Amino acid sequence: MTLHFSEQGEQEFQSILGRYPEDHRRAALLPTLHLAQREFGYVSLEAMEYVASRLSLPTSKVLHVATFYTMYNKRPVGRYHLQVCKSISCAVMGAYGLLEYLEARLEVERGETTGDGLFTLSEAECLAACDKGPMLQCNEDYTGCLGARREDGTWPEVDALLDSLRAGRGVPVQG
Amino acid sequence: MAMEKILTSAVGVPESWTIGSYEKRGGYAALRKALQMEPAAIIDEVKKSNLRGRGGAGFPTGVKWGFLPRESNVPKYLVINADEGEPGTFKDHLLMELDPHRLVEGCIITGWALGMRACYVFIRGEMFQEAHRVQRAIDEAYRAKLLGENILGSGLTYDMYVHMGAGAYICGEETALIEALEGKAGQPRMKPPFPAVVGLFSCPTIVNNVETIAAVPTIIERGGEWWAEQGCERNGGPKMYGVSGHVRRPGVFEASHGVTLEELIFSDEFAGGPRLGKDGKPKKIKGVIPGGASCPVLTPEELGVRMDFDSMMSHGAASASKRPEWVDEQLWTDSLSWPGGRPRGTMLGTGCALVMDEDVCMVRVAANLAHFYHHESCGQCTPCREGSGWTARVLDSIEAGTGTERDVELLLEICNNMEGNTICPFGDAVAMAVRSYVLKYPEEFYLHVKQGGCPYPHW
Ligand SMILES: Cc1cc2nc3c(=O)[nH]c(=O)nc-3n(C[C@H](O)[C@H](O)[C@H](O)COP(=O)(O)O)c2cc1C
Ligand code: FES
Repeated sequence: MTLHFSEQGEQEFQSILGRYPEDHRRAALLPTLHLAQREFGYVSLEAMEYVASRLSLPTSKVLHVATFYTMYNKRPVGRYHLQVCKSISCAVMGAYGLLEYLEARLEVERGETTGDGLFTLSEAECLAACDKGPMLQCNEDYTGCLGARREDGTWPEVDALLDSLRAGRGVPVQG
Repeated sequence: MAMEKILTSAVGVPESWTIGSYEKRGGYAALRKALQMEPAAIIDEVKKSNLRGRGGAGFPTGVKWGFLPRESNVPKYLVINADEGEPGTFKDHLLMELDPHRLVEGCIITGWALGMRACYVFIRGEMFQEAHRVQRAIDEAYRAKLLGENILGSGLTYDMYVHMGAGAYICGEETALIEALEGKAGQPRMKPPFPAVVGLFSCPTIVNNVETIAAVPTIIERGGEWWAEQGCERNGGPKMYGVSGHVRRPGVFEASHGVTLEELIFSDEFAGGPRLGKDGKPKKIKGVIPGGASCPVLTPEELGVRMDFDSMMSHGAASASKRPEWVDEQLWTDSLSWPGGRPRGTMLGTGCALVMDEDVCMVRVAANLAHFYHHESCGQCTPCREGSGWTARVLDSIEAGTGTERDVELLLEICNNMEGNTICPFGDAVAMAVRSYVLKYPEEFYLHVKQGGCPYPHW
């Protein structure tokens, strides 16, 4: 096995273990998988085996959990993971159009990563920001309401978001 | 007259999430008061307050607390349900982001009242900022000796931890949430035993929603009676409501539990009415989902209802007179009421409403919801796993113009067979939601079938 937590990751792992009763170590599984995703980029089979060994669990149990939850990426994702909410409040505010616009601008389909490894486009379910629809989550940040596509087909708010990310300036702060 | 804000008092306050700001607003005084009270007296105040669970089911909080065994030779736990994932719901995140100390204080008081050892706050995996704020508040509370050993000299030892979910709506259901906390896939457990008896790590556990526990400090500070007076009968207190969709000012609003849905949507104090069309005139509302995706939809004529748990349950049932002649009469009648004959009303749910105007296609709305449920079904129970996917496929075909009148009947049949036949209420939620669109807007389904496609603008 070649994977290991970094020094800082190891510290965090120990602090995770401290949150649960000693005879219930398995409770640390969800946070440890989150940690593994941060440390290794995504949750590969190898990462699952490593987590299993650290928590003394059979790999099959880790596989079951890692595949049940959608936030564990079983494949590598781009530097910016754009997750468009397509649940009902965002849907009536134009989420499907937003997905189509992003597909066209990024030249990928949902679920895919751009050739330069910068963007992965995904669909998400309600992100509990329904008063700001249509909206999306970029890595750990929410964008806030992205307005609507104009009649001439342009979408300045979305273009500004992509430009800002490409320039390494992160998600523009919402007013 | 605008009422005093309690649950949203942090809105607009600079750095409201810090302990300094919270204490300046009177924070942690209730904890000091509570530690001087007998635990049983605290439970009594909460009973008197008519506080009802704000995760959606509206169960009286004091009564639920009473189910927890007093004596226990294993630790007792408090679990905070911060999984907020019901589509259209966006209130708990605001509390965690802006007023996390209110939640922490509520958790400590509850721990004292119920003799608990620790509290886990189960936060949706997507809510990084909120989790960060809650963790920061917990750290500050430890430093101020409000958490940990012998809190403020009371002898209470109590710890608090954040536990992040990982993207699964079903983990909002309390037993699935406990499974997820234990490191398993979030698949609901059979009840009984209820969590109050066998919960987290097989120990007695109370699961409460964020907003429910955030109410506790004020109830202790001002008394249960005061809280009860701020609401309406059997529904105590101010409540956080939300309005999203086609309105002028979507957002979270605090109001008395007796506010009507109509006021929330139309009043300038709240959402400010429907959005304007190109002609500058307000658009017509076609339907409102009153409290999250699972709540049966209401028509514009049904909005004058009070937003409390009891009023909503007996309001908004579809009628026999709307039955189109092509739908079997017995099937329609069966769909209108619960087994036993009580008409199926709607629900308050989470109190976050979605307003949909005249441009919206109700078949497409139902299809969107069905796809959500199909994606999120945990897969344990066949009626839910298969039924949710089946309704989604039938709705897709009606929306695409390849459906038949018989397909519309089929939707009702699937829903009626799903309900009551699953481990948790998820299956009921699918049925209640999807069925309500057929019962309330049968003419739209008919139009799709007859025209061979969707007559509404694409969105
Ligand atoms: C499918 C499903 C999803 C749920 N999601 C949530 C949720 O996201 N947040 C929540 O507080 N309660 C949710 N609930 C309700 C919980 O099971 C439980 O009733 C609630 O957390 C109890 O807290 P309360 O009494 O304070 O409302 C959900 C229930 C079901 C059946
Ligand atoms: S529906 Fe998109 S955030 Fe809730």
